[in-house]
Amino acid sequence: MTLVRDLISQGLQMLLVLLLAPLLTGFIRKLKAQLLRRQGPPLLQPYRDLVRLMRKEVVLAEQASWLFRVIPYIIFAGTWVAASLVPTFGSGLLFSWSADLIAIIALLGSARFFLALAGMDVGTAFGGIGSSREVMIASLAEPAILITVFAVAMIAGSTQLSTIAEFMGSSAVGLRVSLGLALVALIIVAIAENGRIPVDNPATHLELTMVHEAMVLEYSGRHLALIDLSSQLKLLLYVSLIACMFMPWGAAEPRAGNLALAVGALTYIGKLMTCGILLAVFETSIAKMRVFRIPEFLGAALMLALLATLLRFVSGSL
Amino acid sequence: MMHAALWSVAVLLALAPAGIALSMLKHGSAILYGACLVVTSALVAIAILNLLDPAHPVLNATLPIGLPWLGAHFRIDPLAAFFLVVVNLGGAAASLFALGYGRHEDSPGRVLPFYPAYLAGMNIVVLSDDAFSFLVAWEFMSLTSWALVVSRHREAENVRAGYVYLLMASFGTLALLLAFGVLGGGGHYDFTAIRAAHPSAGVAGAVLLLALVGAGSKAGVVPLHAWLPLAHPAAPSHVSGLMSGVMTKVAVYGFVRIVFDLLGQPEWWWSMVVLAVGGITAVMGVLYALMQHDLKRLLAYHTVENIGIIYIGLGLALAFNAHGMPSAAALALTAGLLHVFNHSVFKSLLFFGSGAVLNATGERDMEHLGGLIHRMPQTAFAFLVGCVAISALPPLNGFVSEWLTFQAILLSPQLPSWGLKFLVPAVGALLALSAALAAACFVKAFGISFLGRARTEAAANASEADSASLSSMLFLALLCLIAGILPGIFIDSLAPVVSTLVGVSMPHQIGLDWLTVVPIAESRSSYNGLLVFLFVTFTGTLAAYAIHRLASDKLRRAPPWDCGYPDPDPAIQYTASSFAQPIRRVYGTTVFAAREIGEMPPPGSAAPARLHVELHDLIWEALYAPIAKVITFATERINILQFLTIRRYLTLVFVALVLLLLVLAI
Amino acid sequence: MHGLEFDVAHTLAGSLVLASLMLIYQDRLYALLNVYALHAFVLALSVAWQAFIQHAPHLYVTATIALIFKAIIIPVALHRIIVRLGIHREIENVVGVGLTMIAGIGLVALSMVVMLRVTPGADPLAREDLAFALSVVLLGLLIMVTRRNAVSQVVGFMSLENGLVLAATGAKGMPLVVEISVAFSVLIAFIVIGIFLFRIRERFDSVDVGVLDQFRGERR
Repeated sequence: MTLVRDLISQGLQMLLVLLLAPLLTGFIRKLKAQLLRRQGPPLLQPYRDLVRLMRKEVVLAEQASWLFRVIPYIIFAGTWVAASLVPTFGSGLLFSWSADLIAIIALLGSARFFLALAGMDVGTAFGGIGSSREVMIASLAEPAILITVFAVAMIAGSTQLSTIAEFMGSSAVGLRVSLGLALVALIIVAIAENGRIPVDNPATHLELTMVHEAMVLEYSGRHLALIDLSSQLKLLLYVSLIACMFMPWGAAEPRAGNLALAVGALTYIGKLMTCGILLAVFETSIAKMRVFRIPEFLGAALMLALLATLLRFVSGSL
Repeated sequence: MMHAALWSVAVLLALAPAGIALSMLKHGSAILYGACLVVTSALVAIAILNLLDPAHPVLNATLPIGLPWLGAHFRIDPLAAFFLVVVNLGGAAASLFALGYGRHEDSPGRVLPFYPAYLAGMNIVVLSDDAFSFLVAWEFMSLTSWALVVSRHREAENVRAGYVYLLMASFGTLALLLAFGVLGGGGHYDFTAIRAAHPSAGVAGAVLLLALVGAGSKAGVVPLHAWLPLAHPAAPSHVSGLMSGVMTKVAVYGFVRIVFDLLGQPEWWWSMVVLAVGGITAVMGVLYALMQHDLKRLLAYHTVENIGIIYIGLGLALAFNAHGMPSAAALALTAGLLHVFNHSVFKSLLFFGSGAVLNATGERDMEHLGGLIHRMPQTAFAFLVGCVAISALPPLNGFVSEWLTFQAILLSPQLPSWGLKFLVPAVGALLALSAALAAACFVKAFGISFLGRARTEAAANASEADSASLSSMLFLALLCLIAGILPGIFIDSLAPVVSTLVGVSMPHQIGLDWLTVVPIAESRSSYNGLLVFLFVTFTGTLAAYAIHRLASDKLRRAPPWDCGYPDPDPAIQYTASSFAQPIRRVYGTTVFAAREIGEMPPPGSAAPARLHVELHDLIWEALYAPIAKVITFATERINILQFLTIRRYLTLVFVALVLLLLVLAI
Repeated sequence: MHGLEFDVAHTLAGSLVLASLMLIYQDRLYALLNVYALHAFVLALSVAWQAFIQHAPHLYVTATIALIFKAIIIPVALHRIIVRLGIHREIENVVGVGLTMIAGIGLVALSMVVMLRVTPGADPLAREDLAFALSVVLLGLLIMVTRRNAVSQVVGFMSLENGLVLAATGAKGMPLVVEISVAFSVLIAFIVIGIFLFRIRERFDSVDVGVLDQFRGERR
């Protein structure tokens, strides 16, 4: 009976992340527009955009290969599987033991690998710009988040996300310097990986400022819809990650009752809104960086994560 | 079984002179490579049977060849069996590949006799149980591979590559000779005697350093790696795959045998040296690889990075062993040895792919390739699998060994030593950095060579590789997938190896629910490659099916959008150097003293602007060039001795005689 | 483990180290002054918290001095000096920001090793706070050494001063008079340096220490 219940819970989680991802993006866009004293698009616009794109015909470049057509599905599958393994409303996911935090990050890395290949496939200069910049950013963002994972895993005693989420929710964790440094590093990496200002502008179409948009320039129709949905899922994943690790209040325990699950879901939506508001305010108040300032930005995140790990190695209470 | 193994090696040795005759026949190369394939497969079977045998027998044999009072000792224990699997699996794949590739060899007489001898040499190194046969086999392996490197002697760079290789190989053998000499074993040079004798801490430390230098130079650790990117690309492609994928592993075998088996209990500082060397090697290797535009040289530098990763695993195992944490040592050692296997599989695959490309287009330079995915689809697919595997992406095998290494690093806060407390996080950061840079490197390699549009006529007219080469590559790709989704089998087969070296092994993996891998304890971490693979495939196909049925499946071909400025010239695409430019900007000024010099024509002139990128190999300029200068200087001075008159020679002899008599008198 | 009070003290000390690292990261002069103001603000918070948990009310005065002088008056005054002298507003580094940050982390590691090995018998919390304070001092020195602009060197010197104050308040029982003298010495140093800046500017027409203003263009 519990197996069926856990299966339903896991399935609900998968469906929930898929449904909430465009809403989060719509919320952030609306808020940014309002902060700039514009009306902004309606809250549900990303859903309409996705449906519209899905119905359109794909226009494929003549020299695109089979890989170009398969990659959107690979990216979507990888990101969705990773997103369904991050605890949202409750930490007792059925399949959380199949991939720990390092594996989740590596799954996102696979998705990014294939996206960079897609940029190279059509043989245009724009794709090359996007792919080369993306791998440069990834070459620093991925070590930074891995070392952050190390720091958190050493404090929590495990790399399993469910165990980490439960540990953070319990009273055994105090206010630690390493966790503060890890939080700052994780926020910086989340901004870089999701292509938000100041690393990349998600609304731009100028080649000087493109990273993500340049790689997906040749995609259209249902392929573009899948890639957009994947990047929205990735944003939701990172926000859920920060929420479950550093804002664990209200999440349901494993094997909890229905009421606890409902409370968990409500607090989760509250956490999403908070993070969305913070992200929108941050993006509106700061300008985009020069491309070659980004390595220094991410290098700072790597250094902070390394410092957090070092402090943990050197002293148990830090 | 021991006799079967020895007879197989003897057959390989016998094939070597037969190769001279076979090279003159029309189908000679096919016969030779076929024979090698059969023999190496037999050896793989023997080794696997030995490894999986639950009794873990240790087989010995002594032959009355070699030194008269010593003989030649041979032994198959679990460590040797594992490395026999690695060597012969690589050899079998290379022989299968060469069945197709070898037809294009223009001077088979320079390749065919040495190829089976090379395979035999590597096998004898792994089988040896005494220092003399080990060193003789090591030198034999170096010499035969040197012959293969200079087989295309008409190109000057191959000759230079062979020269540097020979120098470094001799230097490495000298270091190993000293190591074994110091180990001694009381005048007996067989390993059983050496194992029984317990050297003092100082002697053991000296042996570690000598073994690191000797075996490390053959494996390619920084700064002894300089020969690797010269020699590996110069050899024919199936031999390159063997050298990169297999011979470097034989060097790792030498290191593991000496340090873990013969030296016994490690000291506290050994792990620090090995970890530091491993970390630096990993990052430097991949940074060099990113700057290359020759496909084979890129792969060779990448081997250096993976050797660094293996040495990080070995260093961690030494650290845990020295501080009495045997189960953590078992985890680290399993991670390192699993990476040995994984790397030999995917590096051979990648070298074979580049060999197929070289055959089809005649080009090794990525900037003259492009669009090969349309002309050589199956080679491209196999190469893609290799790229994904080497970038340590789930669900393939590269990720499993990286994941295990990370788990071992996460166990290290319990180490008491202060130096290790700072070194291990730094090495962990270097490992993470090298993994991310490796993914960047292979996006570049695959993207520029296979994707996009063809940049030259040769690339536009390429044809698919023949079926033997393809079957070898696809077999290796399949092995990458299997090792990624069912890693428990491989971890359990490594258990006897690890328990002979550190006393315990990792927990038993087969039999856990759903074939998960649990390295330490279930509450701590677990990974299930099969489930991840199934999930991803299932969701991908579900999405494809749902969208095609419910939304739209229409498709139309058109010229590329390119923001409204499509250019028909394929030269508008990114080149290898332009792809690496952002990373070169970030790391290049420090590591390579990189400079970009732009020459702008004066205003009004229609001449093109030129961009010139200058990279310095700082290790070569700081370490190798001064040594070469000193040696050249000294030899030029001593060269006078060649041109003395007879009277002066007689004077020399006379003075030497008088000096010796003086010494006797005093 | 040790209670919330000590955790908060640690977190504030760690935030001071974080602020020092942020100082290294800045490449524009006004941003540097803002981060320095934040640095002094965090110091004031840390000293105030120490006053609270040590039940030492005279430390509140120190916190107020830090807040008013270092977080408000000095950054504003330096801002006006920059405007009046027309000082070049980009900070030139001796080595790149990346290498400086790596050196910074190395210094933090070094100070942790030194502090935790040299004082094995002391109270563990005081040791760790002292280790953080030493890191801030070393990072301040690093800023002074790796910057060519005189104003940024002054800021480095000030952050070094902040680290010393953190160390002093961490060790219990330091009298207030030392605090006042420290604050005044900072003020005097700042005035002297201001005069020197004026002189240098008049003489050389720039305050770029070392190489005079050259167009560097894009980094190689």
